[in-house]
Amino acid sequence: MEYLVASAIGLMTATGVYLILRRRTFPVVLGLTFLSHAVNLFIFSSGRLKMAAPPIVGRVAEPSDPLPQALVLTAIVISFGMTAVIVLMAVGARFGTGDDRVAPEREAP
Amino acid sequence: MSPVLIAALPFLGALLAGLAARAGRTAVMLAAGLCTAAALAGLIGHWPAIAQGTPVTAAFDWLPQVGLEAAFRIDGLALMFAGMILGIGILILIYARYYMGETEDFARFIVYLMLFQGAMTGIVLSDNLLLLLVSWELTSLTSFLLIGWWRDATEARQGARMALAVTAGGGLALMAGLLILGQIAGTYSISGLAAHAEAIQASPAFLPALILILLGAFTKSAQFPFHFWLPRAMAAPTPVSAYLHSATMVKAGLFLMARLWPVLAGGWEWTAIVATTGLLTMVIAAKIAFFQDDMKALLAYSTVSHLGLITFLLGLGTEPAALAAVVHILAHASFKAALFLTAGIVDHETGTRRLSRLGGLARVMPLTFGVAAVASLSMAGVPPLAGFLSKEMALEEAAHATVFGLPWLVALIATIGAAWSVGYSLRFLVHGFLGQPREDMAEPPHDPGAGLLISPMILAALTAVGGIVPMQVLAPLADVAASAVTGLPVHGHLALWHGLDSAALWMSLAAFGAGVAFVALWPQLSAMFEAAPKLDAKRMFDAVIGAITALARRIDTQMHDGNPVRSFALAVPAMVAVGLWAFLGTSHLPGDRAVLSPHPAAVIGWAVLMLATLTTAIVHRARLFALLLTAAVGLVLALAYAVLSAPDLALTQISVEVVATLLMLLALSLLPRVTPAETPWPARLRDAAIAAAAGIGIAALALSIMLRNPAFPPISIFHWAQSKPGAGGTNAVNTIIVDFRGYDTYGEITVLGIAALVIFAMATALLSNRRALARLRRHDTGGNSGDPHPQIVQVAVRFLLPLALVVALYIFLRGHNLPGGGFVAGLVVAIGLLLQYIASGFAWVEMRRRLSPHALIGAGILVATATGAVAWGFGRPFLTSTYGHVILPVIGDIELASAAAFDLGVFLCVLGAVVLAIAALARLGAATTDGEEEEG
Repeated sequence: MEYLVASAIGLMTATGVYLILRRRTFPVVLGLTFLSHAVNLFIFSSGRLKMAAPPIVGRVAEPSDPLPQALVLTAIVISFGMTAVIVLMAVGARFGTGDDRVAPEREAP
Repeated sequence: MSPVLIAALPFLGALLAGLAARAGRTAVMLAAGLCTAAALAGLIGHWPAIAQGTPVTAAFDWLPQVGLEAAFRIDGLALMFAGMILGIGILILIYARYYMGETEDFARFIVYLMLFQGAMTGIVLSDNLLLLLVSWELTSLTSFLLIGWWRDATEARQGARMALAVTAGGGLALMAGLLILGQIAGTYSISGLAAHAEAIQASPAFLPALILILLGAFTKSAQFPFHFWLPRAMAAPTPVSAYLHSATMVKAGLFLMARLWPVLAGGWEWTAIVATTGLLTMVIAAKIAFFQDDMKALLAYSTVSHLGLITFLLGLGTEPAALAAVVHILAHASFKAALFLTAGIVDHETGTRRLSRLGGLARVMPLTFGVAAVASLSMAGVPPLAGFLSKEMALEEAAHATVFGLPWLVALIATIGAAWSVGYSLRFLVHGFLGQPREDMAEPPHDPGAGLLISPMILAALTAVGGIVPMQVLAPLADVAASAVTGLPVHGHLALWHGLDSAALWMSLAAFGAGVAFVALWPQLSAMFEAAPKLDAKRMFDAVIGAITALARRIDTQMHDGNPVRSFALAVPAMVAVGLWAFLGTSHLPGDRAVLSPHPAAVIGWAVLMLATLTTAIVHRARLFALLLTAAVGLVLALAYAVLSAPDLALTQISVEVVATLLMLLALSLLPRVTPAETPWPARLRDAAIAAAAGIGIAALALSIMLRNPAFPPISIFHWAQSKPGAGGTNAVNTIIVDFRGYDTYGEITVLGIAALVIFAMATALLSNRRALARLRRHDTGGNSGDPHPQIVQVAVRFLLPLALVVALYIFLRGHNLPGGGFVAGLVVAIGLLLQYIASGFAWVEMRRRLSPHALIGAGILVATATGAVAWGFGRPFLTSTYGHVILPVIGDIELASAAAFDLGVFLCVLGAVVLAIAALARLGAATTDGEEEEG
């Protein structure tokens, strides 16, 4: 199971980074979404993996670590807020400047 | 009255003056003036104790970890300065009421003035170095606003900027100096420093600290070579000049030197730096002042000169010199404020302040002339006025100071400075008021009304009375102030006549003779001065600032060219390299934690996730398809959280995924459908390599964490154990969010609310931008699917809203004990509402919506804040929670935790933020189509 989670984190990170490196706004928005997914899963996994052990008192004796879960829960909502801001920036740039480029015409090194 | 209250009253005055804005100028003046008067009365109430030599203190901890204590202390020195600040403050308020034009925003002006007054009072009353520093910086900021009051005028803006650059730059030096001082002494308490004076002066860090502190004091008090900002600050309205440059702002540097006198003075370093700077400043500025044409500029340079004299006296480091300094501070405040106000009256009545265009005002403005005569003769040092008294004391000290083994050098320089001082004082009077009245005035000038005259009259009366009966008026205050400066009991004998063997008398006479000669020789001297080459301080200042700006811009454009792709492409490999370097730097043991065997369903989910992710990266140019794949990844992630024992995360992830996908679909309708293929393949390959490095790095890191047990027991053991007994809930994740880490959550919902407001503001800005709006109208949202809002969908979805509300209520209520809570409940209701937007259209919902999302966000944060603040009422820290049981009929035992109210705040804020964000995008979408179609 650990290998599955780790490889998922890795691939989502790679996709996120690749998409953020695109020159148009929409792929960057998708890239940020992937990166948020990867980071959330990464923080969650730092509490180590457990199955059938939700952190509810009385249900189990040895629960999964609730703290990373609490952190990730708020992170999920915050990353939505961030995505929404970026999306509006993208739309604003599209209509403010007339195109959806991330940076002015110029070759990146 | 508590010193804390005295320090707070000016700020209260600022608030009240702002609130009284609509009630008229007199109401504004009264609101500010009464607060100032109350503070002054409270201050005077402490006189009996302070006259006995007992300081009044009040303190409470602010940030004890860094030694920051809100400590206030009123001793003789603080009493004298605060008295000047508040007393002259009242006179300035009255004057400003009648001086400022009808079109000015008077209330705002008074608010700034009162904030400044509060900052100054804070400086003089504080007994903690850091608190003093905070107030110090506040004076720099508020004086910037005051000096630049007439923001339409170039010289006002430039003057304000220069004052800010010099005094705030000095403030930075001061900060460093005071921190060093505090570190050496081991305390930031000002009254506690004196006990460590010897250890401080013996420390190797003493000299750097001294120089840095003096930089702060010299820049503030406009000492040479930092004197140039003060004359430029004369672009301020006259009440500001009179206040800042007679009694307050520029005296702050002197106050600092006097306050730290017991700690810093005594050694050769102090005398060498301070006395020399003061003496030089005094004589240089006095000469420049003599040649000024603008009355206010003359007064400005004369202020610099007098500040130099006081600095010189403090620099001598002897008790009689300190007493002379204190007396001269008092005398200078009275006559200089009166002179500035007089200059303002002249400006007001004649329309000019230029001495070359004035003259003969004595006949047409006799009262103003009377004030000007008393005040400028006091400045010149003519008996029996207060200025004579203090100048005699100063010259006496100069006569006994010896430098370079030359006993007469200091005395000579001081006499020359005094001669110029007599010269400019007489010039102000003679060229401004005597001689023939000018015929070329548009309207014959006359004395102003009582409102403008009363303040300078009172000040002139003070300077006269102070000189005639000094032992009754000046001596008691000067004695306690000088005692506070030196730390020794001082009983000065102030008198006009010290006998013929007093050196000061002869120096005074010589200076007076020379000064009169200067005025008589004005045409010749003026011509010589005009012909002599001069340094232009403003051009030098501008050149320095320009060079710094250019350097900063060059560095900035090299580091960051505005292309985020480039920055990201550099940052990611750098992060991977640092991680690799750290990894290779140490040895590693293999992981010893048992691996979970994968569930077959999990493997299928994993495969879907991997395939969807990889496909997204490859086909991302087909945007709609990529978006759907992204949504699929989010859903699989939610399943993964469910399998891995995180039901709360699964619920949150799945509801956020719905909302996020909706948001991006809306965005996509406003953006191009496909991404053009414009990147050449080598660049794509490079990006892929960067991405692969990042992915492999993070995967390896995640794996190595998961394959090992934690090195330390996790802190969540505490949360788990205390979840039920401490927070009254069985869902540990929820109790952490609303209780243990409530402060984090509080911050997070606030950020979410702000993000939504930012989105709303951006959408509004876009819609009010004509070019953007034109582009928006031309935008083709693409495929027309016929009826955008089929009735069957509309009806079906309308039933979903109450259902969503019920589900949300259920999720919310069980959240404290079972998976659920405010975050998820808020998202569920938001989805229910958003479905209405989709089914029935933006305009339809907007017409029927009763609650604004803005109000929801505000209410959410207020509810959360109120829940937290209730704990204060019980003497507990913010957000302390409690819980109890309520037995209701029928339903039975219900457990209520105060944290549930906090969760309600979370719920409201999340709901408001999500709806506001999506509605903002929907508004943009609605702008592309014809409004009428939406109505149907």
